[in-house]
Amino acid sequence: MADKYLELVNSGFTKKLAATLGLPRPAVLRRHVPGAPLVPGVVLLLGESSGAQALADVLLGWGLEVRRHSAGQERLGAIILLLDELSCPAELSAPMLLAGSALRGLVPGGRVVSFSRPALATDAPALAAVRQGIDGTIRSVGRELRGGATANGIVLTDDLSPVVPSALAALRFLLSGRSAYVDGQFLTISTDAGVAPEQQGAPLAGKVAVVTGAARGIGAAIANTLHRDGATVVVVDVPAAGDALAKVANKISGTALQLDITRADAGAKIIEHAISRHGSLDIVIHNAGITRDKLLANMDAARWDSVIAVNISSQLAMNEAFLAAKLSGLRVVSLASTSGIAGNRGQSNYAASKGGVIGMVRASAAAFAEAGGSINAVAPGFIETEMTAKIPVATRTVARMLMPSLMQGGLPIDVAEAIGFLASDAAAGINGRTLRVCGQSLVGA
Amino acid sequence: MSQAAQSIRPAVVIGGNRIPFARSNGAYSHASNQDMLTAALDGLVARFGLQGQRIGAVSGGAVLKHSKDFNLMRESVLGTSLSADTPAYDVQMACATGMEAIGSLANKIKLGQLESGIGGGVDTTSDAPIAVSEGLRQVLLELSRARSTSAKLKALSKFRPRDLAPNAPGTGEPRTGMSMGDHQSITTKAWNITRVAQDELALASHKNLAAAYERNFFDDLITPFAGVTKDTNLRGDSTLEKLASLKPAFGKNLGAEATMTAGNSTPLTDGASVVLLGSEDFARQHELPMLANFVDFEAAAVDFVHGAEGLLMAPAYAVARILERNNLTLQDFDFYEIHEAFAGTVLSTLAAWEDADFCKNKLGLDAPLGAIDRTKLNVNGSSLAAGHPFAATGGRLVATLAKMLHEKGSGRGLISVCAAGGQGIVAILEAR
Repeated sequence: MADKYLELVNSGFTKKLAATLGLPRPAVLRRHVPGAPLVPGVVLLLGESSGAQALADVLLGWGLEVRRHSAGQERLGAIILLLDELSCPAELSAPMLLAGSALRGLVPGGRVVSFSRPALATDAPALAAVRQGIDGTIRSVGRELRGGATANGIVLTDDLSPVVPSALAALRFLLSGRSAYVDGQFLTISTDAGVAPEQQGAPLAGKVAVVTGAARGIGAAIANTLHRDGATVVVVDVPAAGDALAKVANKISGTALQLDITRADAGAKIIEHAISRHGSLDIVIHNAGITRDKLLANMDAARWDSVIAVNISSQLAMNEAFLAAKLSGLRVVSLASTSGIAGNRGQSNYAASKGGVIGMVRASAAAFAEAGGSINAVAPGFIETEMTAKIPVATRTVARMLMPSLMQGGLPIDVAEAIGFLASDAAAGINGRTLRVCGQSLVGA
Repeated sequence: MSQAAQSIRPAVVIGGNRIPFARSNGAYSHASNQDMLTAALDGLVARFGLQGQRIGAVSGGAVLKHSKDFNLMRESVLGTSLSADTPAYDVQMACATGMEAIGSLANKIKLGQLESGIGGGVDTTSDAPIAVSEGLRQVLLELSRARSTSAKLKALSKFRPRDLAPNAPGTGEPRTGMSMGDHQSITTKAWNITRVAQDELALASHKNLAAAYERNFFDDLITPFAGVTKDTNLRGDSTLEKLASLKPAFGKNLGAEATMTAGNSTPLTDGASVVLLGSEDFARQHELPMLANFVDFEAAAVDFVHGAEGLLMAPAYAVARILERNNLTLQDFDFYEIHEAFAGTVLSTLAAWEDADFCKNKLGLDAPLGAIDRTKLNVNGSSLAAGHPFAATGGRLVATLAKMLHEKGSGRGLISVCAAGGQGIVAILEAR
């Protein structure tokens, strides 16, 4: 399952050989290590908007070294671009060129993060142009960065300031190793809701989380990550996967619930278990999913219907049960897929279900917000799992290396980190959105 | 009620777990008792979030046990996620091993000696212990005692080639040399149990077990093991015709009157089961469910050696005593879980309870215990369908019955398990 190529081009003799031959050299990504510094160097804060000083103060409060305008010869851990008050495309020049001149100082695993506003149909054309332009330019920067560095953006709706809780939580997430495989993406902040965790090391302390499809792969990684972040975790999977599920539960001191989520009473069973055994239900991760790939011309009803039933219909039914139970502050994160965005050959059924998830979270946001909760999705790209290990070697190598800017597949932990972030109360201002964890790619299940 | 009795508190069945039972020399051929028991325990730990906890005691055992497994329960506990501070001990009472383990733990909880306990059992006839012959054993022991070369040679000279034949354990009774099935065939005939009646009971067991799976009844009672997700002996599509076509397997000396087949007798099976018990305080403190109270249990034994009683009839006696002690009649139950060692065992037992002579002369009762409502018997299937890994059957019965009672929300259930050596244990559970 491990990416051997990644190991070879980053160690010993084969590293030199790869360099001589000019082979693509994917970097070892900077992933979260408890206790490691948030940013591996000084932070360059560019842009003149009114929130600049407040943001600089916050960064200083996080113990970061902050520079304005230029960092000289210092090693840069991150470049933050405040572009939220630009009014026409011409104004993009100064901050982008400043950023460009600083890019060579960005360390491996460094970060570029922009702050901007959404381009709306009601905006003045020049305003919409610069705002939409930021989207294109930041994604392009992501494609230019090397050494596992990434470029992402935070989009502030209405007149939200860059220091509202969820914007800061998003910034922390994007600066940290938790976002290692998130590249070329924008996180939209809808409201000023959200509270920073009491301990940054345990952002989910005291929470009871349910993870479906948790017996293996990404689901098991999510369960481990939520536990690491302080949550009590209920792991759910079909009864036939119960032995693997028990191992996951025992590793993280959680409880195992053997349950087929396509059962009509699945939502009720989950609520009953979480509340009777752990006192509350605060987080639900709809991770369970299946693939039954076939070209549409060869598709049969069993393949199509089972994928829809497991991947999306079950989630819709469970969400209804959760909403009916009026669980206060419930945060739901659902697994979408880049297949649901870009499409994927042989996955017309899967893509329908995963595109469905994206539509579902957008349309469910208001209902979950009513009880103080939220619902978002994470769309993984090519992730190294037992499932993707079954893809033929050549296809797999192309998929993991050539398509994403980061030139490698992601790991289950990368998806889990994004989910943990969206499930945290600090991210409460993000609702109805889908975050891609794809290394800036567009293929993969 | 005495002062001591008044201070007794309830022992509560919190839940159970077992691995699917597998026919002998099949899916679990390469699994040891310790492997299976550890898996059953770990599934229980995962279900109830017991990781790192010190349980008051873990008790259970195996009927067929390797001598190296002298500390089977403790060794198994050490391989689980339970706290290593959890004491464990082995119990052995043939097929009643699980019931004895669970009942004794319940008593300790009732007395306040334990807050929690896990009882159960495991058995494999696939990974069975094989011993050297008695002749070879004597030679080896004498050799180890010999000091001089000549004494060693003398010991070795007693070795005979036939001593190389190993001794595998059987299900034969040591005192009669007869198999359990052949013993039961005598009882079955004595009570005039027909072939059709036995086949019908076997069919009902398969149908009921299949239906229970179908309605997800076992979702929180079973954890898969070694790629097996369902009891491999289950034949949900069996029919009376198929069962009728089988040749007799036991009581062949009865000729045309032989009625016991492989279809209405339990096959040799591998598997493990465990039950979590606790005081009410323990359950509440850990936010655990309380399915049923373990009310009482009673053991009995009969003299089958001299032919006074059938080998597997002891539970019939134990039930009479436990009913009297608890001021209950045989009809005061909502569920009857009568272990199906053989269909003939269940039907002989039911017939005995209805028989005025038996109840008067053998049980010393004025009137027969009477008939039971057969729709309350083994409603989610029993050993004929699930299989019968000897020591694991008690845990399966207690967990299944406790869940059924809790689902119903009221009432009580009766468990009856026969065992080799002319023994048996019966128990009463009450819904919570």
